[in-house]
Amino acid sequence: MSLLKAEGLFKSFGKTHALDGADISIRAGEVVAVMGPSGSGKSTLLHCIAGILPPDKGTVHYSGQDLTAMNDSKRSELRRTEFGFVFQFGQLVPELTCLENVALPLRLSGMKRKDAERASRDWLARLEVDGVADQRPGETSGGQGQRVAVARALVTRPKVIFADEPTGALDSLNGERVMHLLTTAARETGAAVVLVTHEPRVAAYSDREVVVRDGRSRDVEFAR
Amino acid sequence: MSIGHALLGLLEGGPRHGYDLKRSYDERFGQDRPLHYGQVYSTLSRLLKNGLVTEAGVEAGDGPERKRYAITDAGVTDVERWLSTPEKPEPYLQNTLYAKVVLALLSGRSATEVLDAQRAAHLTTMRELTKRKVDGDLADQLICDFALFHLEADLRWLELTAARLDQLAVEVTR
Repeated sequence: MSLLKAEGLFKSFGKTHALDGADISIRAGEVVAVMGPSGSGKSTLLHCIAGILPPDKGTVHYSGQDLTAMNDSKRSELRRTEFGFVFQFGQLVPELTCLENVALPLRLSGMKRKDAERASRDWLARLEVDGVADQRPGETSGGQGQRVAVARALVTRPKVIFADEPTGALDSLNGERVMHLLTTAARETGAAVVLVTHEPRVAAYSDREVVVRDGRSRDVEFAR
Repeated sequence: MSIGHALLGLLEGGPRHGYDLKRSYDERFGQDRPLHYGQVYSTLSRLLKNGLVTEAGVEAGDGPERKRYAITDAGVTDVERWLSTPEKPEPYLQNTLYAKVVLALLSGRSATEVLDAQRAAHLTTMRELTKRKVDGDLADQLICDFALFHLEADLRWLELTAARLDQLAVEVTR
């Protein structure tokens, strides 16, 4: 039973066909690596199934709801409450401390500062970066910043975490540490992870892979 | 792996008997391929014949052989030479995967399927190694990383070949 299912997705940017009939199916709690060469359409696929980018054609169903039929505000509410995001870089607010960054999604959902910060501190500790709680992102290392971003993605207890090349800017030791902490935390909380990567050693932290080539995906689970 | 050199290296810590050496070797280097007793004793007798180890008394007790061996000066020199000589880099020019891809193209079968099946098999092994790595100690991590980096290199080749299949098809069928 899939939690998130996209069928026949097409998306063009001008004359470039980024997606050319892509399918993907994600079950609750599984870690799926979306692999493929640069320009194959894997990031576009992630943006479409996460409700960030509307596809030109095709449907995206999340937990029985059709994302492609929702209006912008409904979709952004869904993203805030059900999904978590980790990108390669540039996702933390530079003016806020790491703790405030992690607490941000909880504050946006109306949680009191004290409660939000308590929960955020727990997550920073789980990601082994409680030491940088009061620092600003610019004062942390790349690996620490990325763990803070993972903590922020997990703090709302999302059902799906979308991670687009989350280790792309890190050296291999830091990258693997981030992957280990991300997948362990996701498995403990039952969140599914959709992980876009071109690095096989990062993909090896997944349960299975979906390969995208020329805008088409090969998802063996989709046909089942 | 040169078992003789590995055993000599282990003997540098002090004299030991064959069973003890086997256990120590298996623990450090032989998790996936432990030594047979036969290998240990045949290696030791070769090292003895070449003057790289010497007998250092017999230990009382049960078991098949309790003879203790000690490394000689010639043995130490041999270990030193082995450690300071780089391993010959594997040229990797005999490549079954390349042959499979070419033969698939020549026979009109799907080379993409060959590559996809291989990618899936490689990733399955990489997942097992990753799991073992994250559950293991530093020795496990280093042993698994060595394997993971090599498998990753194969996968990068698979991707590159997949991207060049059309071009290769033209060349091999010309």
